[in-house]
Amino acid sequence: MQSPLPFFPEQASNFAGNVDALFSYILVTAIFFTVLVTLLAVFAAFRYRRKNASDIGAEIHGNTALEIGWTLIPLILALGMFAWGAVIYVNYRTAPKDTLDIYVIGKQWMWKLQQPNGRKEINELHIPVNRNIKLILGSEDVIHDFYVPAFRVKMDVVPGRYNTMWFRPTKVGKYHFFCSQYCGTNHALMGGWVTVMDPAEYAAWLSGESGDVSPVSAGEKLFTQLACTTCHVPNGTGRGPSLNGVYGAKVLLADGSTVTADEGYIRESILQPKAKIVAGYQPVMPTFQGLVTEEQILNLTAYIKSLQTQPVPAKGAGVAPATSGKK
Amino acid sequence: MSATAAAPVKTLPEHHYLNATYGIRSWLLTVDHKRIALLYLVSVTFFFFIGGFFAMLIRLHLLTPSGYLLSADTYNRMFTMHGVAMIFFFLIPSIPAVLGNFFIPLMIGAKDLAFPKINLLSWYVYVVGAAFTLYSMVSGGLDTGWTFYTPLSTIYSNSAVAPAVVGVFITGFSSILTGLNFLVTIHTMRAPGMTWFRLPMFVWAHYATSIVMILGTPVIAITLALAGMERLFGLGFFNPAMGGDPILFQHLFWFYSHPAVYIMILPAMGVISELIPTFARKQLFGYHFVAAASLAIAVIGFLVWTHHMFLTGQSTYAALAFSFLTFLVAIPSAVKTFNWVATLYGGSISFDTPMLYAFGFLGLFLIGGLTGLFLGCLGTDIHIHDTYFVVAHFHYIMVGGAIMGYLGGLHFWWPKMTGRMYPEWLARIAALILFVGFNLTFFPQFLLGYLGMPRRYHVYPPEFQVYNVMSTAGASILAIGYLLPMIYLTWAAFFGKVAGDNPWPATGLEWKTQSPPLTENFEVTPIVTWEPYDFHNRPDLGLDAVASNGVAPAHGDD
Ligand SMILES: [Cu+2]
Ligand SMILES: [Cu+2]
Repeated sequence: MQSPLPFFPEQASNFAGNVDALFSYILVTAIFFTVLVTLLAVFAAFRYRRKNASDIGAEIHGNTALEIGWTLIPLILALGMFAWGAVIYVNYRTAPKDTLDIYVIGKQWMWKLQQPNGRKEINELHIPVNRNIKLILGSEDVIHDFYVPAFRVKMDVVPGRYNTMWFRPTKVGKYHFFCSQYCGTNHALMGGWVTVMDPAEYAAWLSGESGDVSPVSAGEKLFTQLACTTCHVPNGTGRGPSLNGVYGAKVLLADGSTVTADEGYIRESILQPKAKIVAGYQPVMPTFQGLVTEEQILNLTAYIKSLQTQPVPAKGAGVAPATSGKK
Repeated sequence: MSATAAAPVKTLPEHHYLNATYGIRSWLLTVDHKRIALLYLVSVTFFFFIGGFFAMLIRLHLLTPSGYLLSADTYNRMFTMHGVAMIFFFLIPSIPAVLGNFFIPLMIGAKDLAFPKINLLSWYVYVVGAAFTLYSMVSGGLDTGWTFYTPLSTIYSNSAVAPAVVGVFITGFSSILTGLNFLVTIHTMRAPGMTWFRLPMFVWAHYATSIVMILGTPVIAITLALAGMERLFGLGFFNPAMGGDPILFQHLFWFYSHPAVYIMILPAMGVISELIPTFARKQLFGYHFVAAASLAIAVIGFLVWTHHMFLTGQSTYAALAFSFLTFLVAIPSAVKTFNWVATLYGGSISFDTPMLYAFGFLGLFLIGGLTGLFLGCLGTDIHIHDTYFVVAHFHYIMVGGAIMGYLGGLHFWWPKMTGRMYPEWLARIAALILFVGFNLTFFPQFLLGYLGMPRRYHVYPPEFQVYNVMSTAGASILAIGYLLPMIYLTWAAFFGKVAGDNPWPATGLEWKTQSPPLTENFEVTPIVTWEPYDFHNRPDLGLDAVASNGVAPAHGDD
């Protein structure tokens, strides 16, 4: 099935083809220059080899036109590589809106993954084919990295913050994923399998027996338990802003700037509430650093994200009015 | 006419720096830059063999997917200590502290470096740093990776991190002192007539390297000091649980450690820029452009550090800027390569061992440099970052480039340093073994990387085995390639044929004095009246003054 000396790994995501094409472009350029320089050097070595022990070379100092040429041509080729690479990277770092969000926590030395409906997995990830998938990555200890070679994607999993990565699997199958940031003793064992399934099969798998509570309802329960509800009143009359519709929207801050409320912003607001104060509110919220686990933060985040569809109150919302967003 | 016919039997000069004084004290308290260079030679060779031993264990362990030799913890210690020994205690000091120390004063016609006692101090600082690091290696070892990433290194690691961090911290000062000494020496101690544009390219390369050493090394010292305090006293600079930022550590670390790559490769480029003109008997093509390229690399090299961090979640804009600058820094290296090849044209090329190393360097540096493009490019870096592709790439630069340059330089200058010649044919064969062994070891790792094998894995999925076996096979050939020069160079230092003052002959000032040189280098301070690498106006070299390859002289406007 596989050649004994494989070169490209399987292509199983929207990024794979493009990354391989860019790789091939750089490879062809690199081979061209390697062959060119090697041939020139080998030719010169034979053509100008020393014939008599006391021979010397010709008097040649340099050539400015040549210097300019071999500065500019590589520069132009390199800028082409830069531009193509930039296009892929910007696309990769900008997740589309319609993603299926999966919560991933790395810890020494295992991965805990959770589907939107709460189904949990360890070192296994089941996803439907041809859906945009977003992974929200958090770490309980050191830096890890979630890497799926067949998808050509990876992202560091950094304690104290969320990183996100997205991709669209294009081929049903089972693919390795690895931890690719060295994380201590069993770094090499910190991997598993991504199973890409037909949507129908995925739906069946998802509804299978799990007994896990969805992150949204777990988060909702926590939200009450931690008394977040006393200040973040949905109708905007509390001491803190209403969180309805906040996720994905622009938030106007006390210093006049705006910030897009993504997972990272929500996390930061829970752990370091004084870092970014919403305009019109006092910095009265206590920090929850050390009081909530990584998993609980993820649950809270999932719940706050679920409020995106709730009606935004006219007054007391965390969302910036459409007109006031200045740069 | 033949230079060898009826040549009188050569003998070593009566007085030279090696027999000026005797006894262990005369070495340990010497302020002669040449003796200090030899002290460094012994110490860095020691670390090279420690690092090489770890490398051998790593490669043997990886023969099978399940790794049959070492436990996970031991394996992690092996690759960490391999990296620390090789980078901080071998590669960074190797060419500057050995060859630079020995030859910069000779090449510019000076009696010594500007600060001979500081030069000796820098070796002692190195030794103290090395002692701390060795202590870490024997008292629990180090398992953080040579990159010391936090919070693994500061909070979670169970190994002897603190002494290693202290060791690397201390050794940094040795590097700073050396750089400072070189800069002042090059500025103030050039012989009459040795203008800036008559300096050998080796000196230019060390000028650029010294700038990097002085400006970069303090940053790694601060970084490691902060990490050490976090580990020992629980201060939360990088620990997210205490409000610190682990990514900040990476910024600080790479702010030094990317330029550190140039501390390793620029001096090697300097060596190559000596070897090619010497063995092609021809001026260096585009002298001014090669010198400018060294400085450009040193400056732009400080502005590319986050290309090691494209996937840490850093801002997209930062990634774009740093990727762009990374492509820019590739250009001066390309310019140098083209100039080296152009120098061959119209030359009178011999294939003495140093030249074989120069050719080897060209090939390996070419591959190493070009594969850097894949990593500096944002789109492909997403896939190959932190895989074996990276491992292969930086070994091509640091082992293929820097060590080939170092060995080429050692062979080239061995007759000057010891007064004796190494066995030529054995040396040529060793150079060939090295080249083959190197490629067999590291080329398969590019393929492993693109297939997705992450680095620093003590076990791996079976589909990666073929290339790992190749790599291990190559490593055993490579090991022979390193042992051979070590043995015959040592032998030659005592029993080799007496070389004479200028066996190649070469044009530099270091060849105008006896071999081995006097303690004060020159009997009278030389006066320089010729351009670098000019074989045409140097009747003292005993060569035909007319070019012999049918190429008309051309005075370009370099
Ligand atoms: Cu990990
Ligand atoms: Cu770098």
